[in-house]
Amino acid sequence: MSEVARRFFARAWLVLGYAFLYVPIVALVLYSFNDSSVPNVWHGFTLRWYGALASDDELLGGLWLSLKVAFVTACSSVVLGTLAAFALVRYRRFFGRTLFAGMVAAPLVMPEVIIGLSLLLMLVSAQRIFGVPERGMLTIWLGHLLLGLAYATVVVQARLSTLNVQLEEAAMDLGAHPWQVFHLVTLPLIAQALLSAWLLTFTLSLDDVVLSAFLSGPGATTMPLVIFSRARLGLNPTVNAVATLIVLVVSIGVLAASIIVARQERQRARDLAAAARA
Amino acid sequence: MSDDAERPAADRARAVRTRVLGGRTLVAGIPFVWLLVFFLLPFLVILKISVSEMDVAAVKDLVTWQNGRLAFDLHVGNYATLVTDDLYFLTYVASLKYAAVTTVLCLAIGYPFAYFMARARATVQPALLLLVMLPFWTSFLLRVYAWKGMLLQHGWAADLIEALGLDRALAAAGLIPGPGQLMNTPFSLVLGMTYTYLPFMILPLYSTLSKMDLRLLEAAADLGASAWVAFWTITVPLSRAGIVAGSMLVFIPCVGEYVIPELLGGPQTQMIGRTLWDEFFSNNDWPMACTVAVTMILLIIVPVAIFSRYRAEATERPA
Repeated sequence: MSEVARRFFARAWLVLGYAFLYVPIVALVLYSFNDSSVPNVWHGFTLRWYGALASDDELLGGLWLSLKVAFVTACSSVVLGTLAAFALVRYRRFFGRTLFAGMVAAPLVMPEVIIGLSLLLMLVSAQRIFGVPERGMLTIWLGHLLLGLAYATVVVQARLSTLNVQLEEAAMDLGAHPWQVFHLVTLPLIAQALLSAWLLTFTLSLDDVVLSAFLSGPGATTMPLVIFSRARLGLNPTVNAVATLIVLVVSIGVLAASIIVARQERQRARDLAAAARA
Repeated sequence: MSDDAERPAADRARAVRTRVLGGRTLVAGIPFVWLLVFFLLPFLVILKISVSEMDVAAVKDLVTWQNGRLAFDLHVGNYATLVTDDLYFLTYVASLKYAAVTTVLCLAIGYPFAYFMARARATVQPALLLLVMLPFWTSFLLRVYAWKGMLLQHGWAADLIEALGLDRALAAAGLIPGPGQLMNTPFSLVLGMTYTYLPFMILPLYSTLSKMDLRLLEAAADLGASAWVAFWTITVPLSRAGIVAGSMLVFIPCVGEYVIPELLGGPQTQMIGRTLWDEFFSNNDWPMACTVAVTMILLIIVPVAIFSRYRAEATERPA
């Protein structure tokens, strides 16, 4: 293959690949403005599905619960995930390390039906013995946290393993307490990873169907559960309207975050260059 | 050993106390205990329930005191049903089949994709990477739902496939019952799973391919290897960790996938995750649901072990 043909082939493959990834999202957004209750035949522009959304108490109630669960899940996942990542990166040898590493990573691939079913049945047993916990927001959070912990650990672990340990050792030599070392040296260095772990676990929790279905109780219906029950029955334009709003919020959030990160990277590069000159 | 014995008892006690209550123990201990209680213990619970009998309202205890004697009540009937009932067996085979086909498709689309990403100009690579991640951030449920609209009659994808005449080929291959009927078929199921899990294949592949030392390829060219030979003897073996990790990231969740078969699959495409769900939510048969779960774990335990080994290799190897 000539160089030109190869470059053309590479470009075509990438373009088609991205089209495959994005066309469904574009379709979802376009058809939210479709003036027809059958959302795959175009009948002209309307905003009425967004109006319907505003008075959709079931969906709005679900959204509020989902946001609460996602917030708590993201915060707790980052805390536990950072601890787990520290243990895995810094402590090469401790009792049960292999088991620990396996348990941290398993929820990344483990089918959610298994995690949901097993956690639910354990919680049911616990409720029979201790009387707690009641099924609801708390139990949904416990399930989401397992998933969030796994993802947060991966993100923080990746950053921690690239850190220069000598920075921490230097601080320690200069008399800093381990907590001060973490607070003053390590934390600022991994702050970016913590932020992306927080955002990732927040969106994962906001999106989860299967764990929530197993772990929710009466009156605790998250937004994905509402969407899923409607999507099962067929096409529903209000689902498209919700989807559009989510895509909008997520795109703005991710773009803003990556611009901030890129700016910080440039700033750091400039600082390093200045330090090298000085 | 003798050292320990000679050391004064107070010293040893202090050493033990700092070891047990030190920061190090807390850092590893908190997530460790958390996972033992909320991840490992639940598995033991379903293992127990899978060999229990169901009462009207609750699962019976395995071990009871009867007339002053310890009585065991072990039921392996659920496992017998699973092995002898054709329906269950076929469901397991189908799940493995669809997961395998999805993995191969993701690799076939994802490997060239990740390769071309990794060889693109360094300045555009962050943007290309961001574009792969972005769908991952938008709701998985809604993206699967989007295919429903696109594959139904007059949907975008359905029109395109019919215009290209691909539906006849699919019908001839037995993947759809007839031209024009794309939804709720093996085709729509595999398409949905490939679409959903493609980024999980691309990301690990990209991370190994972009770290590759390109001088190796120059050396191969200098020694007379064609680009094709160099690709198969250098690039592919060096990206093995990415291939394995990506394949496992696709294959394992696909085996137990529930949402995609429920939304895009049909009566023909019963998968094991759906069976578990139905046993639990529709039939209220907890022991059977647990039995399905336990056997599903047995199916995926080898792939999970492979995955964690390669993941460890990829993340813990000094960069």
